[in-house]
Amino acid sequence: MDIGGINPVILVASLMVAAVPIMLAALGELVVEKSGVLNLGVEGMMIVGAICGFIAAVGTQSPVAGFAAGAAGGAVLSLVFAFLTQVMLANQVATGLALTLFGLGLSSLMGQGYNGIKPPVTAKVPFGPLAEIPVLGPIVFGHDWMVYASIALVACVWWVLRATRLGLIIRAVGESHEAAHALGYKVNRIRLGCIAFGGAMAGLGGAYVSLVRVPQWVDGITAGAGWIALAIVVFASWRPWRVLIGAYLFGGISVLQLNLQAAGSGIPVEYLSMSPYLVTIVVLVIMSSGRGRASLNAPASLGQNFHAAR
Amino acid sequence: MIRRTLMTTAAAGFALALGGTAMAGEPMDHVKACFVYVGPIGDGGWTFQHHQGALAVQETYGDKVEIQWQESVPEGADAERVLTQMALGGCNIIFTTSFGYMDATNAVAAKFSNVMFEHATGFKRDSANVSTYNARFYEGRAIEGLIAGRMTKSNKIGYIASFPIPEVVMGINSYFHHAKQVNPDVELTVIWAYTWFDPAKEADAAKAMIEQGVDVVASHTDSTAPLAEAAKSNGAVIGFGQASDMAEYKPSPRVASIIDNWAPYYVKRVGALLDGSYEQVDAWEGISGGEVLIGEITEAVPAEVKAEAEALRDAIAAGSYHPFTGPINKQDGSPWLAEGQTAPDGDLLGMGFYIEGVTGDIPQ
Repeated sequence: MDIGGINPVILVASLMVAAVPIMLAALGELVVEKSGVLNLGVEGMMIVGAICGFIAAVGTQSPVAGFAAGAAGGAVLSLVFAFLTQVMLANQVATGLALTLFGLGLSSLMGQGYNGIKPPVTAKVPFGPLAEIPVLGPIVFGHDWMVYASIALVACVWWVLRATRLGLIIRAVGESHEAAHALGYKVNRIRLGCIAFGGAMAGLGGAYVSLVRVPQWVDGITAGAGWIALAIVVFASWRPWRVLIGAYLFGGISVLQLNLQAAGSGIPVEYLSMSPYLVTIVVLVIMSSGRGRASLNAPASLGQNFHAAR
Repeated sequence: MIRRTLMTTAAAGFALALGGTAMAGEPMDHVKACFVYVGPIGDGGWTFQHHQGALAVQETYGDKVEIQWQESVPEGADAERVLTQMALGGCNIIFTTSFGYMDATNAVAAKFSNVMFEHATGFKRDSANVSTYNARFYEGRAIEGLIAGRMTKSNKIGYIASFPIPEVVMGINSYFHHAKQVNPDVELTVIWAYTWFDPAKEADAAKAMIEQGVDVVASHTDSTAPLAEAAKSNGAVIGFGQASDMAEYKPSPRVASIIDNWAPYYVKRVGALLDGSYEQVDAWEGISGGEVLIGEITEAVPAEVKAEAEALRDAIAAGSYHPFTGPINKQDGSPWLAEGQTAPDGDLLGMGFYIEGVTGDIPQ
């Protein structure tokens, strides 16, 4: 069963957990970018979500309350971004970067006094005998409920964007905000909603880091996960199911390289560590070649501000 | 551009005017002590302990000392910028608290001869105003190794390593050597995380080890994440507090800890600058000097193992035992230390090899 000293079943099970934060954050950012807004503040929203979720979970001793607070925290922070870019028409790239820096500082301030406290345990979903099934048990039935929720959210976003009127409106706003405006859609309000959704998802991802993956609070806990989420959106060429694949790939490689080391494999660590980024670069090159169908998928109005008076 | 030139000129003038005063040993009325940290103060480990040292300086000297610090300074070009800014900003002594600041510290020190630089865990002292200081953490690793060797049930112990530098290799060797002495069947798994601080990655590394059957996890990274991961095992896996006591994980998984205690050194050095007795040093204190403390060994460890570990600690503190006492062979079987010989400091500071019995290679 073991391949090179690594049990593939356990590997798949742990990569599913490792991928949850970046998958949630990337999924939120995908919706934001689909509506034509580039929010580079994912890292900041994640870490604010991580500390808000942590504080709420410790205060109420309920992980569910923690995740809700994490999502709310991320959403509130994203509204700062929404106000600056949609109302004040500030530059989105600069505002997004500022949001990350602000979020890192804010989370550090909020987290004073929360170092070294243990949050309540997020229980595994009790599948009973199902979890005992070999191979399938640990992979499919051995996780906490957030893992299943994250996959359900991917399906949900995919369905909304593809098959509903709301999805059509979001895509229309992202492709051509002027045309959408001419049709009578409130471009900035729709974008504001998408930004808040993206913030909530990033906050949820952050809360997963501080409540499940690391279970504690330390400054800088997300350690760059938000940037990886941004890369996954591009890697996925703005398609929800590819976000899932991208997150498993990125999460999987980071888990795999640690497992390979623990198993004493001879493959140099450095190659594995850089492989996800190499894959991203390759995807970017293919996309920007202009030939592949994927290249048509970037929202046409991405990163451009809109004002009705123009 | 003009402003920058002006500032440099001003700095040069300042340096000329004051150049050598501190080195000449004249007492100073007021010292501004600055600290550069590699991580956030709230990491609960390495940087937290350095900051405790900085606060101790402030407490000891009160109004005579002003302290300033900067957190999460990346190792590399940014460090040089931060150091230059601090030197221009009137700092009299600057403590750079990570190995990776070595070149930046020496480069900036060469430009500001009136500012004293203190580099932690490094070995380069290119100009007269650069001192280096370190603690003999390998002494603490010896005690961890003994506990690990006695406590492991699977005979697999783990070490989450940060970067392949002598400091870390020394720790791995000391840990393994002392585990092997009490348990000849013990096997060591090393994972290189390539980070000092990344809680998620540290937790993943601990998880990967535990999945491979490791039941004692030591870490050389700065956060408490590996202990949090070990805590999920309900007592089957134990670990150690690293850099800071990490008492919140008592009594298990944290069964003991290595505490970095920088306060005595920082207080001594700033005091020397104040009273004019400051000199360039290469300081390397250990358990005996109070720079390395062993945190309480908890009741999760059987009493006889605890007594054995404390005896080892006391022997090291008294100087009657050196953690690297021969016979010890290198990994390839060639002899390193003969019977009864102790490791010279030079060998330790440049350590680039595993001792016999450790598997795998040190990444280059």
